[in-house]
Amino acid sequence: MNPPPARTPRVAAIAAQWLPPAALVATVFGLWEGLVRGLAVPWWLLPPPSVIATKIVESRSLLLSHTLVTAEEVLAGFAVALVAGVLLAIGIAYSKLLERAVYPFVIASQTIPIIAIAPLLLVWIGYGIQPKIIVVALISFFPIVVNMVDGLRSVDADTVRMLRTLGASRWQVFRLLQVPTSLPYLFSGAKVAVAVAVIGAVIGEWVGASAGLGYLMVQSAPRFQTSMVFAAIIVLSVIGVTLFGLVSLLERRALAWHHTARRESALGRR
Amino acid sequence: MPQVAFLLRAARRRAVVGGIAEARRQPMTSHEPEAPGRGSIRMEGVSKGYAMAGGWLPVLEDVSIVVGGGEFVSIIGPSGCGKSTLLGIVAGLEEPDRGIVLLDDAPATDRLGGVGYMHQRDLLLPWRSVLDNTILGLEVRGAPRREARERARAMLSTFGLEGFGDAYPAALSGGMRQRAAFLRTALADQPVVLLDEPFGALDSLTRASLQVWLLRMWEMLGKTILLITHDVEEAVLLSDRVYALTSRPGRVQKALPVTLPRPREYEMTATPEFAELKAALLATLWSQDAEEGAGP
Repeated sequence: MNPPPARTPRVAAIAAQWLPPAALVATVFGLWEGLVRGLAVPWWLLPPPSVIATKIVESRSLLLSHTLVTAEEVLAGFAVALVAGVLLAIGIAYSKLLERAVYPFVIASQTIPIIAIAPLLLVWIGYGIQPKIIVVALISFFPIVVNMVDGLRSVDADTVRMLRTLGASRWQVFRLLQVPTSLPYLFSGAKVAVAVAVIGAVIGEWVGASAGLGYLMVQSAPRFQTSMVFAAIIVLSVIGVTLFGLVSLLERRALAWHHTARRESALGRR
Repeated sequence: MPQVAFLLRAARRRAVVGGIAEARRQPMTSHEPEAPGRGSIRMEGVSKGYAMAGGWLPVLEDVSIVVGGGEFVSIIGPSGCGKSTLLGIVAGLEEPDRGIVLLDDAPATDRLGGVGYMHQRDLLLPWRSVLDNTILGLEVRGAPRREARERARAMLSTFGLEGFGDAYPAALSGGMRQRAAFLRTALADQPVVLLDEPFGALDSLTRASLQVWLLRMWEMLGKTILLITHDVEEAVLLSDRVYALTSRPGRVQKALPVTLPRPREYEMTATPEFAELKAALLATLWSQDAEEGAGP
């Protein structure tokens, strides 16, 4: 018997990954389309998916210009959150004083609704891109700090002792052990952060903006341009999924050992 | 050839401690070597305790131990006799409350990094290849990675890791992982190596083969080894001398010289002489149990 071509399992694997979500989307959109048309729901109340799709294609240049604004806010805010979050986490993990002083406020900051802070930022900083970046950073920095602190603390004490007996300095222990140990945690935090960052940008734009997908939604809803609101929502979710995918891709690259180890232990090779 | 260079280096090191190595081959008449020399460890009157919720917990009490350069000495005792604390003190991870530690016959206050320490767990870093794990000691000392890798690669076959240098530790068996950990320790260029129950987590078959392998490595590398174990056979088979510790607080109960000839073979475990030594050591350890049992 000839061995089956090597391509078949790959195609099957790709199909296995993409078919379920595609089927779900097709079913939901199909039902939605059928119900809206069958029950004659007015389109300003709920447009059918086909109308939304047409809207996206027709207004693509308008959507693109607003998408670029929102994407910039998301990326800039996320970058700020990443840098600030990692630095703060290192401080918290190393200094008991900083932990006692700052950590409660980091947690408290997350319980304050961001929608309450956003108007204040507007008053303080104005209508530019900065208040949106701050809102995005505020909302996405929490999962990064919490995960990174956990990661830095999950370092194995015996391994630290081993490195110390090899002559490693504290800095070398940090570089050789703590950073790689905490990377999987950091990526987990970053995946959550990048998803909520999109929400942050929209909130920032709702409160006061002159461009962006959130602004487009606020402008369209009172005019009963419901299909434009839905178009913006769909573009936003595409941004979110794309960014999440990018972080996951980076993670898989950076943590090849992590996934290899997991796969091999799953196969019982340990 | 790097392999040859390594063997020459090992031979030179042995020449330095040659006098002691020769002495080792003779049956020991006294418990302790006359001249400890290079690579020697001497603990004098070491006590250590920890503050606990309920007060003070003494762990070691007035422990004095001598290991000559190039000697293989074991410490055996019930669990919780402070064996690991003792190694931590020799390695410089902890300081004794009382008493001193001498290395090479000189008080060693700054010994952290100068004494090799191998744990019961292999502690290999899962994100580094086997080769890059073994060069950690060279790397923290600032050796260029390429040189360090070359040096390590030349020793892979000696450590039974040929062809696994580029694999991640997850792909290795327990015995191989422990050998990789030993190579990491051996490459750190420390004349003294402390072994904290290195075979405790392995199955008995792997353990027996690694014990013999460790004997061959010790003969080749010429390092001083201080081994902690709770395995009486292991202690007798490997050591020049065995210190029996009491349970907490750990005190030296007895130092038993092992008079078996060198080089040792696993077959010696079946000789009457071995059985006698083993019985003597067990009797020492059990007498302590009896004392405790008879206590008020």
